Amino acid sequence: MEVPILKQGHYLIASIQSALTDADLSQLREALIERVGRFRARGVIVDVTALDVMDSFAVRTLRDIAHMARLRGAETVIVGIQPEVAFAMVQLGLTLKGVSTALDLEEGLAFLNIQTQVRIDRGPGRIDRG
Amino acid sequence: MATKAKDAQSPLPDPQTQTESTAALLRELVAHLRQNRTQLREEWARRITRAQLLTAMTEEEIFAEATSVYDNYVEALETGTFEALQAYARNLSERIIPRGVETHEVVGIVLLLRDVLARSLFGKYHEDFDKLNRILDAYEPAANRIANTVAVGFVQERERIIRQQQEAIRELSTPVLQVRERLLILPIIGVIDPQRARQLTEQLLRAIRTNRAKVVVIDITGVAAMDSNVANHLVQTVEASRLLGATVIVTGLSPEIAQTLVTIGVDLSEMATVGDLQGGIEEAERLLGYKVLPLEELTPKA
Repeated sequence: MEVPILKQGHYLIASIQSALTDADLSQLREALIERVGRFRARGVIVDVTALDVMDSFAVRTLRDIAHMARLRGAETVIVGIQPEVAFAMVQLGLTLKGVSTALDLEEGLAFLNIQTQVRIDRGPGRIDRG
Repeated sequence: MATKAKDAQSPLPDPQTQTESTAALLRELVAHLRQNRTQLREEWARRITRAQLLTAMTEEEIFAEATSVYDNYVEALETGTFEALQAYARNLSERIIPRGVETHEVVGIVLLLRDVLARSLFGKYHEDFDKLNRILDAYEPAANRIANTVAVGFVQERERIIRQQQEAIRELSTPVLQVRERLLILPIIGVIDPQRARQLTEQLLRAIRTNRAKVVVIDITGVAAMDSNVANHLVQTVEASRLLGATVIVTGLSPEIAQTLVTIGVDLSEMATVGDLQGGIEEAERLLGYKVLPLEELTPKA
């Protein structure tokens, strides 16, 4: 099943609605990375609220998405990890190191607003001063 | 039920299939026990007192309990069914366990009764050795099974109470408190075993979601000792909370725990730690953008 990717302002929102195969996940990764460039997105939100299992491939793909998107200039935040899923992930040692997480979509948007605001505010300033 | 299964497996023949003579012997036995009820009961109660069993109970109580145990005992011998006795044993245990009666006492009094009754059988049949033998053949297996049933009933009741209390302690000892909008406190007190650690984590994760918490302060002032297992559980809890978007601050590590953790080489680099609960809450407020000011600084100056 293909995951819909919505553009909302400067952000891309991918809301996973059902369990995904490995191929679906890879497809999501490619689509997201491609669209970050096409829409000049500053932030990516992947909503996993609907997932009640998360295997190592899924976790690795999410981590890859975050790192790749950062290389393309967008900050990624994973939102909606269920308590049970979080517990299971930690027990398996899948801790998404270096990837931002937030409770839900609302929190994720708030987080990205702060993150990207800082960059927008400071970015040009530094160049001006230099 | 475990006892029933055990009873069914025991090599004892079913009461219905017992040979007629055994049944007749048991009937005779029961009649004898009924006849001498008062005297045997008193003898038993005397021996309980002499053996200094059931010291937690008064003599009247011992006699009253002895009477009902005796009657149930005889009934079990007569009917060959142990359900009523089992239920009675459980009920009795429920009453006497809170008064501090020990397992050895319960086993002791049942064995005493067995001896008292056997003695009286010796007394009655000592002239007819053959008959005595046959009576004992009928009596002993049933008596052993009764002793077994009562002892198992007592131990099971004890275990049930222990389980119940453990559960109660567990429920009591893991409150997750909200002190400010989006700020939770989890004070941990006592020993953390793997099961409790798991429960703590699950409870905390659920609370993070329902309260939409952004910062959690885990206070471990009340934790006396910590080993690598517990430390790892703590690290896991912190990681899992982060996955839900909450930052965890651990407070109240005692000097001993700090030394242990460093000595055994637990990696706590991922964990934010603050000396005491007050510091932890202040740090959390800072993260959330709160600032606590004295009232006079808020009122405009004249």
